[in-house]
Amino acid sequence: MNLLVFYILAILAAGSAIMVVTMKNIFHSALFLVLTFFSVAGIYVLLNAEFLAAVQVLIYVGAITILMIFAIMLTHQLFSRSLRQVNEQVIPASLITFIFFVLSVVALAKTAWPVSGGQLPEDRIFEIGKLLMSEYVIPFEVVSVVLLVALVGAIIIGRREKSGDTK
Amino acid sequence: MTLTLIIIQIIKVIAIFVGLLTAIAYTTLFERRMVAFIQGRVGPNRVGPAGLFQPIADAIKLLFKEEFIPDKANKVLFSIAPLLSFTTAAMAIAVIPVGDSITIGGYQIDLVISDLNVGILYIFALSSLAVYGIVLAGWSSNSKYSLLGGLRSSAQMISYEIGLGLSVVGVLMLSGTFSIAEIVRQQSGSILNWYFFKQPIAFFLFFVSAIAESNRIPFDLPEAESELVGGYNTEYAGMRFGLFYLAEYCNMITISALAASLFFGGWSGPFLPPIIWFLIKVVIFLFVFVWVRGTLPRFRYDQLMRFGWLAIIPLTLVNILITGLVMVLKG
Repeated sequence: MNLLVFYILAILAAGSAIMVVTMKNIFHSALFLVLTFFSVAGIYVLLNAEFLAAVQVLIYVGAITILMIFAIMLTHQLFSRSLRQVNEQVIPASLITFIFFVLSVVALAKTAWPVSGGQLPEDRIFEIGKLLMSEYVIPFEVVSVVLLVALVGAIIIGRREKSGDTK
Repeated sequence: MTLTLIIIQIIKVIAIFVGLLTAIAYTTLFERRMVAFIQGRVGPNRVGPAGLFQPIADAIKLLFKEEFIPDKANKVLFSIAPLLSFTTAAMAIAVIPVGDSITIGGYQIDLVISDLNVGILYIFALSSLAVYGIVLAGWSSNSKYSLLGGLRSSAQMISYEIGLGLSVVGVLMLSGTFSIAEIVRQQSGSILNWYFFKQPIAFFLFFVSAIAESNRIPFDLPEAESELVGGYNTEYAGMRFGLFYLAEYCNMITISALAASLFFGGWSGPFLPPIIWFLIKVVIFLFVFVWVRGTLPRFRYDQLMRFGWLAIIPLTLVNILITGLVMVLKG
């Protein structure tokens, strides 16, 4: 049963990911990206990671892709034009991608995936919070600094355009 | 054994969903009668006793109208958008408990479809999905007014979602759980246990953001009829239009239920059965929604954005900071 659901979700995720890079209309690409993120969230639920699934939908589907769609809607030249998704470098690009694919398959096959046989903790969100504040506190803080830098950068770019207008 | 549990679950889903649909239908009547009362009018009172059959008449009218799709519209997305809008709105009710667990014939039954341990996050995730219904409706209609309505609404809903999410963090910090049933249980016993008294600022910020999130007056810019004809749903007719309408009322009910559960003790209260208390609290919030609609004028778009980013979000952050400080000082 679980396996069947997993296959459906996996096919949906991979299929819509292919649609993202092959669709002619960029708006449709963005919508298929939503489907991809959604299927991945479904896989998280299968893995008993409800928190991760909810956050995945909240951030990737609800914020990031919406911002993309928002940008597409604002730039009306892009809006209904059909775009070519490939250019003259299609052959070298597919070669490199194929090599990367082979390498990842080899790497995946050679890795021993550790399966924890332990019991799932009762309050998983509590455990995640505790780990983020103890064992993983340095990566956590680094990520927040990176986000802050991005935020400041966005404000600076926004401001510069504004002062350019008044000149 | 398991079969009984599955049947119980199915009955719960049907009961809550039918209840929700009935509630939506009668919220429309409630709103029309209340707004009429506020404006000194009579309101719809002809169909059945005191107009009680008006929602049925409305539903029949919507179902039998022509389902018109504009020629230049994107047909698939045009049809999906209203469905998406309504399903995301209706799914949110699944994690809201209408009463405490009851025991019938040896089975313990929680009066909630699913008491997720990420309940609140689930509701926020769904409300962030609701934006898609409106954006897709605006884009696929291929009409200026719809597009402008869709754009406005996506900007507005993204902005106020942040305020909505941050405003309940104070409650989450005090309760230490994401499960709504657990939060309600912590507030039972005495009226002073209500999180409204511990987090009054959070409640007001939550309610203002929630009104904005559900696109209601005074934040109904996505469908400002005097500026945008009808907003994102301009090109819709018949039951497709009806679904957008249902979604809006469904959101009102969910938000009222969420406000009652998070800040006002949900089903808890003396003498009366828990479900009655829950319904009383929800109806009070629905009345506030209608009251606000009958009283306040609409914001201008730049005022709305400035209010969201420069008033609501900083205040929620300050609230989180103060809550944290008090918690540390109290130990």
